[in-house]
Amino acid sequence: MSKATRPADGSFADVLPELDYWKIGLSLVITFFFAFFLAPIWTGIVTSFKTSGAVTATTPLTPPLGDGFTVEKWARAIDHLSTGFVNSLIMTIPSTIATVFLGSTAAYGLTLVDWGKRAQFAVLILFLVGIFIPYQAVLVPLSDFWINIVPLAEVLAPVWELSFMEYAHARLLSLTITHIVYGIPLCMLLFRGYYLTLSDELVEAAKIDGASITTIYRRVVLPLSKPMVGVVFIYQFTAIWNEFLFSLTLIGSSSSPAATVTLVLSGLGTDLSGIDFGLRMAGALFAALPTLIIYAFFAEEFAQGLAAEN
Amino acid sequence: MAGSRDTVSESQNVGTGAERDWQTRLEVFSKSDFARSFPYWFVPFSIMGLGVYGGIGYNTLISLTDYEGFNEGPDFSPGNLDLEMYVQTVNDPWVWTTSKNTFVLLIVFTTVTMVLGLFLAVMLDRGIRYKEKIQTIYLLPMALSFVVTAQFWLWMYNVNNGLINLLLGAALIWQFSGYAMVVFLAGLQSIPDDQFEAAQVDGASVLRTYWRVIIPQLKSSSVSAAVVLVIFALKAFTFLFSMFGQYRVPKGTDILATLMVREAFKLQNWAYAAAIATILLLMALAVIAPYLHYQHKQGSL
Repeated sequence: MSKATRPADGSFADVLPELDYWKIGLSLVITFFFAFFLAPIWTGIVTSFKTSGAVTATTPLTPPLGDGFTVEKWARAIDHLSTGFVNSLIMTIPSTIATVFLGSTAAYGLTLVDWGKRAQFAVLILFLVGIFIPYQAVLVPLSDFWINIVPLAEVLAPVWELSFMEYAHARLLSLTITHIVYGIPLCMLLFRGYYLTLSDELVEAAKIDGASITTIYRRVVLPLSKPMVGVVFIYQFTAIWNEFLFSLTLIGSSSSPAATVTLVLSGLGTDLSGIDFGLRMAGALFAALPTLIIYAFFAEEFAQGLAAEN
Repeated sequence: MAGSRDTVSESQNVGTGAERDWQTRLEVFSKSDFARSFPYWFVPFSIMGLGVYGGIGYNTLISLTDYEGFNEGPDFSPGNLDLEMYVQTVNDPWVWTTSKNTFVLLIVFTTVTMVLGLFLAVMLDRGIRYKEKIQTIYLLPMALSFVVTAQFWLWMYNVNNGLINLLLGAALIWQFSGYAMVVFLAGLQSIPDDQFEAAQVDGASVLRTYWRVIIPQLKSSSVSAAVVLVIFALKAFTFLFSMFGQYRVPKGTDILATLMVREAFKLQNWAYAAAIATILLLMALAVIAPYLHYQHKQGSL
């Protein structure tokens, strides 16, 4: 391929066989899919910076130019979504931490401790089914539970007297708890896969030294879990942040003061005069910002969590 | 075992020793691995169990009542419990239409996503440059919420005004093929390189090697990816809701999952929705049970 081996007066046909058709074809296909996966996001980004006039006048792929450029849509989107954004953070961070912790202890009790293989297997199966069930199967009971059986808003009545709390925030709390409940099985599975790969030696050695189950967890297993905690945390944070069905059914209205960012986004930019696509794109990107940032830094861990899911 | 039984019967003969024995046994039990590890797995297990199995049980119970509207809650008096809601679902032509749509979505979506995912994985597996970077871009849609991606696709639809079903299909495949790719890549990485090289030495082409030697070994990855995708297709609600911005979606795109949520949270037909949810659950279990059995037989549980 280097110039030295190529005859200076050689015809085009002489050069051709030296080219690797496979490599060229492969690069083309890879580039095509590169565009396929990025195009919708690219149109979203350029549209979010266009004025309403430019949105209709230019093609979706052209960047905003000159007069067509504006940050007004972003300003409005952030204004609309900021409460939802904060609500989502308030809900997602504690529920992620709790789920990761509970998933890790459950996996520990099921893998690194032996208290009856058959019973442990039965418990494991019950956890695994919990990963796959469609949430539709528990939606009616859930809404009945949080409205009629444990109405948090009434249980926590004194709390709503505080100036910065609103009555509707009880729903945010029930949403947080709901996410913990249904997040546990998958987190357990991710930790379990990791604990099975840990060598028995460390745990066995600690047992011989007379360390209790608790000491082994705190001194041996938890420190060794660090890389997996990262994977599970990233995965779970993304899942809860992006979730919509529970938000919709437990909080109900996108105008509620407790609405999460996905819920507010679903109702953004729609009115009688039609859809404001610039505003919607800016809102979508703003709502996706935390997950995009996490993905930019920890894409590897995210892929690892996905691949380990089964 | 025999030895311990002897000590038990011996100490029982000693009268007051029986009580002491009971105490020592309790003490031994409290120090056993079972008792000590109990809080570790039982706390998360009971929280999850209450939500999942308690929820399913309660859902089944509600489906037997006539609970509807904004009232105080379901009436569980024995005279009120019957299978009426299930009879209604069977007689409802709309349930059949949405079931058919669910199956079409499930089969088309799962097949296309898996074929594309496998194709992308094989492409990236052949030691190309910037593999990690490319993989990151292909997987990016998986990190975004359906509510977010629906906005992008809705905008594309507005521009093209094509067939809505085609667009929905493209959008779902766009979102999930990166996932299938990652699962297949993990499977490909577990196959030793020398198999590939041996086939190459035998003069097989790259394509033929993949088709005959490598892909048949991806059965386990395929099953895992298929199960996750099928389960997703069964419960797909968010994407459809966000695309249309309302509970009612166009006729051709209405599936059981959207019908269930609409019956419950828009029309307040709680018992009827619970019955539809049971159908969905049974469909999901019909996929999960053979899958777990398969995994167990493979020794990968």
